[in-house]
Amino acid sequence: MSSLLDVTGVWKSFEEQPVLRGIDLRVDAHQAVVLIGASGSGKSTLLRCINGLEAVDAGRIVLDGEVEVSDPRVDLDQVRRRVGIVFQSYNLFPHMTVLDNITLAPRKVSRVPADQARQEALVLLERFGLEAKAGDYPDRLSGGQAQRVAIVRALAMQPELMLFDEITSALDPLLVGEVLEAVRELTSGGLTIVMATHEMAFARDVADRVCFLRDGIVWEEGPPEAVFNEPQRPETREFLARVLT
Amino acid sequence: MTITPPAPGAPVAYHDPVRQALVRRTARRNALVGMASLVGFTVVVVLLVTRTTGWPIVQETFFNGQQFVESFPGLLDAFMLNVTIFLIAEPLILVFSLVIALVRTLRAPIFLPLRVIATIYVDVFRGVPTILVIFLLGFGVPALQLQGVPSDPVFWGTAALVLSYSAYVAEVFRAGIGSVHPSQRMAARSLGLSVGQTNRYVVLPQAIRNVVPPLLNDFISLQKDTALVAVLGPIEVLRQAQIDASSTFNYTPYVAAALIFIALTIPMTRFADWVQARMARRQRAGGVA
Ligand SMILES: Nc1ncnc2c1ncn2[C@@H]1O[C@H](COP(=O)(O)OP(=O)(O)OP(=O)(O)O)[C@@H](O)[C@H]1O
Ligand SMILES: [Mg+2]
Repeated sequence: MSSLLDVTGVWKSFEEQPVLRGIDLRVDAHQAVVLIGASGSGKSTLLRCINGLEAVDAGRIVLDGEVEVSDPRVDLDQVRRRVGIVFQSYNLFPHMTVLDNITLAPRKVSRVPADQARQEALVLLERFGLEAKAGDYPDRLSGGQAQRVAIVRALAMQPELMLFDEITSALDPLLVGEVLEAVRELTSGGLTIVMATHEMAFARDVADRVCFLRDGIVWEEGPPEAVFNEPQRPETREFLARVLT
Repeated sequence: MTITPPAPGAPVAYHDPVRQALVRRTARRNALVGMASLVGFTVVVVLLVTRTTGWPIVQETFFNGQQFVESFPGLLDAFMLNVTIFLIAEPLILVFSLVIALVRTLRAPIFLPLRVIATIYVDVFRGVPTILVIFLLGFGVPALQLQGVPSDPVFWGTAALVLSYSAYVAEVFRAGIGSVHPSQRMAARSLGLSVGQTNRYVVLPQAIRNVVPPLLNDFISLQKDTALVAVLGPIEVLRQAQIDASSTFNYTPYVAAALIFIALTIPMTRFADWVQARMARRQRAGGVA
């Protein structure tokens, strides 16, 4: 059986500056994989390639054994319907209410009737304790609320795979908890997740697998206990020593 | 009389009455000083001007009451043509320029010809003086005597204004589109929205909101430039004023025409200021959004 996401030998550079250098990554369904690594190690770049927001230079990214995201001829809109992504800077649409932010893509892309989209959005909002915010504009939300709305917005498209790119990095420390709580809720619900984060304690807690990125490849990977407690390679030890103190 | 403030932590709004009275008094004094200064200044200027030796002849030539009353109704009638030109041109300009601006954002190779045409169009019509375009279309095209092509000067004058202004307004829209942060586009695309849907639902609503003040400025400018159509001969307000003035050798009709334009542009300008202030306020309240 093939995995939900198969990244093999992917290269990506910006202006001849290599960022990904033949990276491999496999993610099975219902797994939560956490990407760690120094700033600039390519975590965001990898996530954007998986979603087709960046085109790769070489290698293959295959979704569910059938759709090759890395194929230049593929219909990326099709891919993006199946892969949700949430960014560090929420990127809510400021001219729409929370509800409209959430229902826009289901209505316009998946052609869900407005009423149904609305109902489903409200259910999701309630699940994340945001039902009171449905009619508000994004500028009325706290950072934590905005980020949870961004998660709900991505969830509303019912993606098979969810990508989180340092979704707590822009938040006041006091608000990080509520967003991580939302992610925990998703992992326990069995959603397949790849997330880049600097929250090591959280990574240890929710991850099925931790991948340490360095020099454009996965330098070391394994279950969180193994990577955090007994890192095999000196560079991993060095990185963890730096971020865990 | 003493008022005891509520206990700290009480769930009420509290304003120190002494301080408030002071604020009110200062505001009233400032208003009075401003008003007195303005009145004084006006009196001095009026006195100085009306006492100059040339004043009576200036008054007779430009501010002749009888001339004013005689020409005003006719001017107002003629001004309706300016209003009509404006009302026809403005919506056309908005639609046309938005299309041009959008075409210029298309990146797919198949659209290259369209993009080139749009770019050339903007370059040309921004470079050529509006009045020259009016001459070219208004005198040139009817001279061709083509079958089925109207020769009405108002038609060609309006067309020239639309062509000329659309080039400017397209650039305003393009700037507006550029002002929407790329992450908005990325977020929309990541949700599966197509390029067209992203433009329609995410980028354009924000872009248009960002350019409302400069758009209003261009509206005001267009209101005035409807007078340029006068060179083609139709009796709009400037042409009417010219006729009145040349028959009496008195320039009061021009002043009257100017007043009619001002009567329309001042409310527009105030409205534009108001919109701009309101948007600035909202932006501050909204933060980064
Ligand atoms: N669009 C781009 N154009 C040019 N260079 C880019 C672009 N995107 C990323 N890079 C470069 O690629 C490298 C990897 O960036 P990336 O954002 O993937 O790192 P990261 O691991 O997510 O870092 P961080 O932890 O700071 O978010 C960086 O050196 C960055 O400057
Ligand atoms: Mg990053």
